[in-house]
Amino acid sequence: MKRYFNNFGERVIEGIITLSGTVTSITVLLIVFFLFKEGLGVFSQTPVAEGSVIAVNKQNPVKELTAHQVKEIWDQNITNWKQLGGQDAPIKLFEVDDITDYYTDEQIGAEFEYLPQRLSELVAKEPHILAFFPDEYLPKEFAGRQIKLDNVSPGSFLGGREWYPTIQPAVQLGVLPLILGTLWVSLGAILIALPLGLATSIYLAEIANPKVRNFLKPVIELLAGIPSVVYGFFGLVVVVPLIQDVFGLPVGETALAGSIILGIMALPTIISVSEDAMRTTPRAMKEASLALGANKWQTIYRVIIPYSISGISTAAILGIGRAIGETMAVLMVTGNASVIPHTFLEPVRTIPATIAAELGEAPQGGIHFQALFALGCILFLMTLAINMTVDLVSAKKKANRS
Amino acid sequence: MNSVETKDVHLYYGDFHALKGITMAMRKNQVTAFIGPSGCGKSTYLRCFNRMNDLIDGVRIEGEILIDGVDIYKSSIQVDDLRKHVGMVFQKPNPFPKSIFENVAYGLRVNGTKDRQFIEERVERSLKQAALWDEVKDKLKKSAFELSGGQQQRLCIARALAIEPSVLLMDEPTSALDPLSTAKTEELIHELKENYTIVIVTHNMQQAGRVSDYTAFFYLGELVEYAKTKTLFTNPKDQRTQNYITGRFG
Repeated sequence: MKRYFNNFGERVIEGIITLSGTVTSITVLLIVFFLFKEGLGVFSQTPVAEGSVIAVNKQNPVKELTAHQVKEIWDQNITNWKQLGGQDAPIKLFEVDDITDYYTDEQIGAEFEYLPQRLSELVAKEPHILAFFPDEYLPKEFAGRQIKLDNVSPGSFLGGREWYPTIQPAVQLGVLPLILGTLWVSLGAILIALPLGLATSIYLAEIANPKVRNFLKPVIELLAGIPSVVYGFFGLVVVVPLIQDVFGLPVGETALAGSIILGIMALPTIISVSEDAMRTTPRAMKEASLALGANKWQTIYRVIIPYSISGISTAAILGIGRAIGETMAVLMVTGNASVIPHTFLEPVRTIPATIAAELGEAPQGGIHFQALFALGCILFLMTLAINMTVDLVSAKKKANRS
Repeated sequence: MNSVETKDVHLYYGDFHALKGITMAMRKNQVTAFIGPSGCGKSTYLRCFNRMNDLIDGVRIEGEILIDGVDIYKSSIQVDDLRKHVGMVFQKPNPFPKSIFENVAYGLRVNGTKDRQFIEERVERSLKQAALWDEVKDKLKKSAFELSGGQQQRLCIARALAIEPSVLLMDEPTSALDPLSTAKTEELIHELKENYTIVIVTHNMQQAGRVSDYTAFFYLGELVEYAKTKTLFTNPKDQRTQNYITGRFG
């Protein structure tokens, strides 16, 4: 009987463990699935602003426009139909507020009840018009022709240089500046953190006396526990004004500020992981080097660093991973301008900061919302690639040791 | 002629008195073996000759150690220069995670040698001296870890020889090797003594008998007896030596 109970208990525990494992895995997969489902949805949407119509005269040979062309027209960079493959005639822009230029209040009606009809007339009358109005005023029998914009294509999404997700009449969803901004800030962070982190870990592993080491290592690891918003605050109060003064910039919120803050945030990981790697260098290896007349520095850079190189690269990659995914601190110090950065002294906007700043304002299910999810997918793929590299490097390390 | 000479050497690990006044001299181009039970101080004593004990915290050394007539604990001595003069082979083969060639060239490179041809010649000569050349000459670029344990140990010997030390210290060099590799290494020691003064620590009394010209027996941090190997093994003067070599303790 007792034996039966023991057996039963074991089964229950086994069951619970299996169940929790399964549930966790399914949850993770569901999150990824949800992310991609929402994110990929952006490619089946047209980039016309929510609830709006773009229309032309029926005689107009131009049948298709891209989101980019629409924006260029509204920015007055394209002013002639010829530039769009149509007749040689200036484009006559029309927005719904302009209706009063053409019709009197009586003709429109006090409650705008005749507005749909007037819009229809106007578009039929003006051969070179490009009209933009809310779809609630779209008449049932429209005398003009609605222009359908092409769906957002992966190419224009990834390669587009403009990110204006709420602009009228056609949203611009080019994420290149955001991807480059993320990479730019992360690259800067790693350029700052790697030399510093490496130097510190060499110091801790090989030079510091044990008392100093035992004090410093926990302090450095404590840095990892500081909330990122505190780093952001520090950056805003100390780093940003400093950069502004040193480089004489109009604003200090730059990629450099983000890189410095991220570099500091990546330091504990880099130091901790690479110091551990260096300390696994067998004593015999160090002694062999010293016994051949090498001094301490020669031993460090000729034996200890090569021996622990895979650990050091793991540390660097983990540091980059931390930098790429970091949101709050970057949001606070980089200035968030979605332009392609050319120097470290320009404001940039990173993917996580974009998502954090904009998701709250994007209507659920809309094109902006889905575009942000697509950005999330890109970030996910970036960090996945990084994690896989870590696995690869550490697998190689294991193979080397055995 | 004496190559290594020590006068009343005391060594302390913190409070522990590990070497108690050792005075002895090792002759040039001879093999001197240190034997004794574990913890008797023979390795510690050996590691005084290239100041390897400096790496351990809390070690204090008194007395005088002269190598080729120079006091190696004098403040004007550069430790790296001393170690170029006194090579060492360790208990376990410890090649660097580099190619076979680079392992042997290491000592030359840290010495500042840039001349490629010189390095290549020296590597070849050292590998030949260590009786490894024929086995590795076609795979010098391969990782040293691809060699067998015995080959690795001979590589470590070649590595030590490449900087042309005058004294070669060997700390139980065959304890991690199989009998065949051990025999090869011993043969090698025989050949090397022509050019080098060799001091070898061994646990294996047969080995001491086979390879050495002189043998010193250590016990509890003291030098108990030091004589020609034949004399020490056949006609020990001290009772403790007698007990040890006949296997009554150790």
